[in-house]
Amino acid sequence: MSPQVLKHPGLNLGPAHGKDDVAAESMMFGFWVFLMSDAILFGMVFATYVTSVQATAGGPGTHALYDLKSAFIETLLLLASSFTFGMASLALKYKHSKSRLIGWMILTLLLGMVFLGFELHDFSSMFAKGGVPSRSGFLSAFFDLVPLHGLHVAGGCLWLICLAGQILRYGLDTGTKLGIMRLALFWHFLDIIWIAIFSVVYLGGLT
Amino acid sequence: MSIAGLFEHPLGRLGLDSLPFWKMLEHPTRSDIVNGIIATGAASVVVLGALGLIVVLTRYRLWRVLWSEWLTSPDHKKIGIMYVVIAFVMLARALIEAGLMRAQQAYGLGGGFLSPDHFAQLFSTHGTIMIFFMAMPFLTGVINYVMPLQIGARDVSFPVLNSVSLGLTAAGAALVMVSLVLGKFSTGGWFGYPPYTEATFSPGVGPDYWIWALTLGSLGSTFTGINFAVTVYKERAPGMKLMRMPLFTWTALCTSILMIFAMPPLTVATAQLALDRYLGFHYFTNALGGNMMHFANLFWLFGHPEVYILILPAFGVYSEVISTFSGKVLYGYRSLVMATMTIAILSFTVWLHHFFTMGQSANINAVFGIASMLIGIPTGVKIYDWMLTMFRGRVRFTVPMVYSIGFILLFVLGGMSGILLANPTVDYQVHNTVFLVAHFHNMAVPGLLFGMIAAYHFWFPKAFGFRLNERWGLVAALCWIFGFMLAFFPLYVLGLMGLPRRTVAYTEPSYVPLEWVAFLGALLILTALASLLWQLWVSIKQRDENRVFAGDPWDGRSLEWSNSAPPPEYNFAVIPEVKGRDAFTMSKEGGTAYQRPDTYQDIELPKNSALGPVIAALGFALAFGLVWHIWWMVILSFLAAVAALILRGFARNTTRIVTAHEVRQQHLRWIDAVATATAIARADENKPANEGLAQHASDGVVP
Amino acid sequence: MSEQVSTVDETTERREEERREFHSYVWGIGLALLLTVVPFGLVHWIHGIPRFSLLVVIGAFALVQMLVHFRFFLHIGFKQKREDLHLILFSALLLTIMVAGTVWIMASLATRMVLPAQP
Ligand code: HEM
Ligand SMILES: [Cu+2]
Repeated sequence: MSPQVLKHPGLNLGPAHGKDDVAAESMMFGFWVFLMSDAILFGMVFATYVTSVQATAGGPGTHALYDLKSAFIETLLLLASSFTFGMASLALKYKHSKSRLIGWMILTLLLGMVFLGFELHDFSSMFAKGGVPSRSGFLSAFFDLVPLHGLHVAGGCLWLICLAGQILRYGLDTGTKLGIMRLALFWHFLDIIWIAIFSVVYLGGLT
Repeated sequence: MSIAGLFEHPLGRLGLDSLPFWKMLEHPTRSDIVNGIIATGAASVVVLGALGLIVVLTRYRLWRVLWSEWLTSPDHKKIGIMYVVIAFVMLARALIEAGLMRAQQAYGLGGGFLSPDHFAQLFSTHGTIMIFFMAMPFLTGVINYVMPLQIGARDVSFPVLNSVSLGLTAAGAALVMVSLVLGKFSTGGWFGYPPYTEATFSPGVGPDYWIWALTLGSLGSTFTGINFAVTVYKERAPGMKLMRMPLFTWTALCTSILMIFAMPPLTVATAQLALDRYLGFHYFTNALGGNMMHFANLFWLFGHPEVYILILPAFGVYSEVISTFSGKVLYGYRSLVMATMTIAILSFTVWLHHFFTMGQSANINAVFGIASMLIGIPTGVKIYDWMLTMFRGRVRFTVPMVYSIGFILLFVLGGMSGILLANPTVDYQVHNTVFLVAHFHNMAVPGLLFGMIAAYHFWFPKAFGFRLNERWGLVAALCWIFGFMLAFFPLYVLGLMGLPRRTVAYTEPSYVPLEWVAFLGALLILTALASLLWQLWVSIKQRDENRVFAGDPWDGRSLEWSNSAPPPEYNFAVIPEVKGRDAFTMSKEGGTAYQRPDTYQDIELPKNSALGPVIAALGFALAFGLVWHIWWMVILSFLAAVAALILRGFARNTTRIVTAHEVRQQHLRWIDAVATATAIARADENKPANEGLAQHASDGVVP
Repeated sequence: MSEQVSTVDETTERREEERREFHSYVWGIGLALLLTVVPFGLVHWIHGIPRFSLLVVIGAFALVQMLVHFRFFLHIGFKQKREDLHLILFSALLLTIMVAGTVWIMASLATRMVLPAQP
C-alpha cells in the first residue's frame, strides 16, 4: 500500500504519468471547486423545489404526474454509466489500449443518451397530462430542477464526443488526459445530484 | 417556431421608439422634453465616446496593439489593469447619476425636474453599476494585479479563463452602457424585486437588460473566484506558507471563496426571473403558486456575502497601506487572518436581515439579528489591529494613508448604524428609509471605494513605473472624505424624519435644507472625481520626473515590491524563496534583496488567446438578442460560443518560451539600474529623488 | 518512493493498485444498486409505512449512497490533500446552511401567511 497523499479528488494518474500527473493537481482542484459552486446552484434549485411542492395551484401534483418506474430505470442507467466511466478512467490510468478506452467512453455515452431519451419521454408524458411548467409554481420548480440536471448530462455527452475527437486527433496527451479526468469528476458528480433528485423528487414525491 | 419565423422580426422589439428622444418628439410636454434632453445627452456621451475611441485608435494605428498587447493577453497584470479601467469608466457614469439624483431630490419639493420613471432608472442603474460593474471589476482588477505578485507566482492558475472572465464582465458593462442608447434600463432597483419586475408589471426591456447584465457579470465573477482561489492554494512560491501570506492575499482568498459560493443563488434567482418573463413560468408571480418572497430569499443569500466580497479586499488594502506607511509590522496578523475568515463564514448566516419585515416568525428574526450583530466583533478586532499598527509608528500621511484614516473614522460610524439596523425592532422603524441608504453608503464609500482608490494610488507606481501626483491626490482625497460626510450624514437624519428611499419628490418642506446639504456633498464628490482625472493627466505629463524603475517606492514589505516597476511579464526572473512574513522586508534587512543569480532558466508562459474577446463579443450579442427578442442572433451567438469553446479544447501548443538569455538580459538591466539608483530616506518619498530604492538599516542608516 | 525498487516490484505494485481500484468501482456500483433498490422497493411495492418514517428512510439511504459515491467513484477519503478536504467540508456546511435556512424561512412564512399557493 502506498501511503502517498492523493493529489486531487477523483482517480489520480499517479507518478507513472510524469508531468501529466503534476499538471493534474491544480487543474483538477480548479474543476472540483467549480463543481462545488455548481453544487450550490443545484442546492438552491432543490430548495426552490422543496418549498414549492405544494404550490400546485389546483393543477396536477406529484402522484398524477410522476412515473416511478421510469425514474428507477433512469437511475440504473446513470449508475451503470458511472461504472463504465470508471472503467474508462482505469483504462486511461493503466495505459490499456486506446480502443479499450474509447470503447468504454462510447458505452458511457450511449448510457447517457438513453437516459436522456427516457427523461424526454417522461417530460412529454407529463406534458400530455397537463403538467406544463407554466401551469403552477410546483411545475415551474420541477422543470427547473430535473431538466437542469438533464442539460448537464447533455453537456457531458457533448464533452465526451469532443474528447473522443481529441483522442483520435492527438492521442493521449496532457490535454486529453486531463479532459477525461475532469469529465469523470463531472459525470460522477452528476450521478450524486441524480441520487438526490431520485430520492427527493421521485421517491419523496410519491410517498 | 419555424426558421422563417426567426427572421420575421429581424430586429425583434427594437424600433424607433427605443431611441431616447423619440417620446420627446412625439409628445413635447415640458416634462418629456426635460427628461428627453437628459437621456439624449447621456446617450450622446456614450455614442460619441465610442466613436471618439474608434477615431483615436484608427488615427494612431492602435488597433493591432490593442488586440495583441491587451485584449488577447493572458497576463494577469494587463487583465488587472483592464478591469480597473472598466471600473473607472463605470464609476464616472454612476457618480454622475448619483449627482443627478441628489439634484432632483434637492428640487424635489412638490415635483422636481425628473419624471418618476427616469428617477427610477437612475437609482437602478446607479446601484447595479456601482455593485456589479464598478466595485466588482475594481477589486477583481486589483487582486488580479497584486495577488500573484504577492505570493511569488508567475501568473494565475488559469490565465485564459481569466481573460474570459474579463470578457464576460466587459460584456455585461457594455450591455448597461447600451441601455442608455437603446431602450430603457430597469426601474426595479438594483435587486429587481418581482412581482414588479415580472412581465405583467414591467413588460419592457428594462428588467431584461438587468437580468442579462447581471448574469454575464456573475458568471465572470464565479470563474474569477475559482481562478483566484486555486492560484492562492496551488501557485505559492516555495516557503510561502498560508500563515506567511500578506494580508491582502488573505482577503483575496476569502473574497474568492465567497464569490464561488455566493454567486450561484444570484444565478438561480435571475434565471428563474428570466424563465418567468420569457416562458411564462411561475416562480415569483402573484398567480398560480408563484411566491415572490422566494426571490428575496435567493437574492440576499447572494446579496449579503456580496457586500463582504466587496469589503474584504478593501480591508486587505488598508492592512498593507497602514503597515507600510507606519513602517511597522502589521499588528495582530494572526487575529486579522482569523477575523477575515470568521467574517467570511458569518456572512453566509445573516442574509435574512435584508427582509426582517417580510413576515417570518419573530424567532427567526431574532436568530438572524443576533448573527448579524456578531459580525461586529471580528470587524472591531480589525479596527483595533489597524490602530495598534499605527501606534508608535512613524506614520507618513501619503494619499493612501489619508484614505485609510478617513476610512477608519467613518467606517466605525457606518458599522454602528449597521449594528442598530441588525436589531429587528429598530429595523422595523427605519426599513426602506434613507437611513438605510446612509448606512450602506457609509460602508460602501469609505469602506470599499476609499480602499480601492487607496489601492490605485499605492500600486500605480508598480504597474506603470511612475508615481501619481501627490498634491492632486490629496485634494481628491479630502474632497472625497468631506463630500461623503456632507452627502450622507444628512440622510441619517432624513431617514429618521421618515423620508423613504427611492423618493422622487416629496411634500414635506422640512426635508429641503438637508437635501441641499446632501446635494452639495454630491457636488464635492464630483469634484473629487474630476481631481482624480486631473491628477492622472498631470501625473502622466510629469511621468519622467517620477519614475520608480527600481520598483520599491514606498519601502514595501511584500514580494510585489521586490521586482522592477513595471514588472516583467513573467513577474520574477527567479522565483523567490520565502523565509517568513513580510518577505521583502526580511530580505532587505538581511541584505539579500536585489541579488544576481548565477543561472537563469527558460520560462514558459501562456500564448495569447482570442477566446476572451470572442466570448465577450458573443456573450454581448447573446444577451442583446435576448433583451430585444432577436432570436436569430440569440441562436447564432449561442452556437458560435459553444463552437469557440469546443475549438479551444482542440488547441495545442498554447505556451511559449521566454529564453533564459532574454530573462537574464532584462533582469540585469534592472539590477544595474538598482545599483546606480540612490537609496532615499522616507522623508524624500514624494520627491523626484525617489527612484524606487529605499534606504535600509542594512545600509548603515536609520531610515 | 524509495530509490531502489526493482521494475518487477513496480509492476506488481501497479497491478495490485489496479485491482484495488477496479474493486472500488465494483463495490461502488454494487452498494449503489442496493441503496437504490431498497428505498425504491419500500415506496413501490410495500404500502402502509407511515409517510414520515418512509421519508426519513429515503433520506438516510440517499445520504449513505452519496457517501458511497464519494468514496468509491470519486476516491475521496482521508488521504486527501488538506485543501481538498477543507473544500468539501466547507461546501457541505454552506449547502446545509443555505438550503436548511431557506426551507426554514419559507416554511415559517407559509404557516404565517395565507399564501394563495397553499392548498
Ligand atoms: C460616492 C458617492 C455616491 C453618491 C452621491 C450616491 C448616491 C446615491 C443615491 C442618491 C441613491 C438613491 C437613494 C435613494 O434610494 O433614495 C443611491 C442608491 C444606491 N447606491 Fe449610491 N451613491 C454613491 C456611491 C455609491 C457606491 C460607492 C455604491 C456601491 C458600491 C453605491 C451603491 C448604491 C446602491 C446599491 C443604491 C441602491 C439602489 C437602489 O435603490 O436600488 N453608491 N446612491
Ligand atoms: Cu446584509
